[in-house]
Amino acid sequence: MDFTLRVWRQAAPGTPGRFVDYPAPGISPDASFLEMLDVVNERLIEQGHEPIAFSHDCREGICGSCAMMIDGVAHGPVAGAAACQVHMRSFRTGARVTIEPWRSVAFPVIKDLVTDRSALDRIIQAGGFITAPTGGARDANEILVPKDAADAAMDAASCIGCGACVAACPNGSASLFTAAKLTHLGLLPQGQPERSRRTLGMVAQMDREHFGHCTLFGECQDACPKQISIDAIARMNRDYLHAVITARPERSGGGTG
Amino acid sequence: MWWLSLYRSTIGKKVIMAVTGLVMAGFLVLHMAGNLQAFDGPARINGYSAFLHGTGELLWLVRVVLLVAVALHIDAAIQLTRIARAARPQDYAERRVQVSTIASRSLRWGGVVLAVFIVFHILHMTTGTVHPSFTPGDVYHNLVAGFRVWPVAVFYLVAMAALGLHLYHGVWSSARTLGIVHPNPQPLHRPVAVVVAVVVAAGFALIPIAVLAGWLR
Repeated sequence: MDFTLRVWRQAAPGTPGRFVDYPAPGISPDASFLEMLDVVNERLIEQGHEPIAFSHDCREGICGSCAMMIDGVAHGPVAGAAACQVHMRSFRTGARVTIEPWRSVAFPVIKDLVTDRSALDRIIQAGGFITAPTGGARDANEILVPKDAADAAMDAASCIGCGACVAACPNGSASLFTAAKLTHLGLLPQGQPERSRRTLGMVAQMDREHFGHCTLFGECQDACPKQISIDAIARMNRDYLHAVITARPERSGGGTG
Repeated sequence: MWWLSLYRSTIGKKVIMAVTGLVMAGFLVLHMAGNLQAFDGPARINGYSAFLHGTGELLWLVRVVLLVAVALHIDAAIQLTRIARAARPQDYAERRVQVSTIASRSLRWGGVVLAVFIVFHILHMTTGTVHPSFTPGDVYHNLVAGFRVWPVAVFYLVAMAALGLHLYHGVWSSARTLGIVHPNPQPLHRPVAVVVAVVVAAGFALIPIAVLAGWLR
């Protein structure tokens, strides 16, 4: 298969970038999107050009590293798949494929298609710890977890933190990401003691990173490679409201004595 | 102050939009139902108007509540629009819309249309400032004479289309913003919002249409 790639090239953060066209002839239909980029990069290196920088790691849709806008769609044309799980047979031969980095004020471009998504890590960090008993390991079945809660928590926990929700949102909102992380602990008994504090901390951090708000466009759940539902956002809002209204001022800095 | 941190957060601003939006939507349902009495003749609707004006302080209480709701709704909308714009300083060269509706994407401009409409509507049907032959108390006459000016009737119909789209997205998303929804395998489906949007927009649009068609004279 033959393609023409229209790729965003940017040398460094804060420098102006531009689109450059690269011919990509003779690509196997069974190549993954990232393998196609590898082939193009090999050729660029042979010709003495700078290869296209893109982030990748596991290449099986679980690490959340690969992040690119392919033809105006986060992670490309395959539903429920990260860019690494998209194959070239999903495109027409002869097509001109536009590849762009995530665009968000919170995700500065490091180089070409690589963005700095540590804002998402800082949201998780703002959630803080969960208390766990020290001492000997407890029996796995000692804490009872309702089956439906375990299932829903697992669905939310499948978030790989790729940032596609932010990238696809017209408002650049990280609501689906934050909501998924809050849902996954908020539904489990182990997440209850710090539930309100975690919700307040993560929502505040989400705003501090200058992500936009949620208008319920629904684009995020469509872009999500793990197909996390916007139900999580309704749950986050409910938890946040509850936490804001019932928050008690802290009376001691911790410790018992 | 818990309410101050709520107001400062994006979720809090959305909550303000949702609560004020639902207050206004509730008013619109009543307003629309009241208007339909015009089809029962001048005596009925003029009597209804006299009854409303007879409630005195209650009428002003409703007016003040609605005015505050509109002001808060617009204030939150402007703040959120600014935050959203700032969240993506460099836009995509290419972005294909996947599932978002025209209603959701037209919410901001539709809101501007509705704000202009509300000001015009009050000057037209409440104070009579821009009405060709406003007669206080004769609501039936004001409706018929007002909508015989066809550009005005068309503007009302355009505004009602914007209102229908605004309600179609707003009623549904308000419930989700407030978190008062049951988990749903099809979260984008919104049967209640469809009914509210169609009934309210069509109910309002019926009167200018009826005047233009000559059913109300």
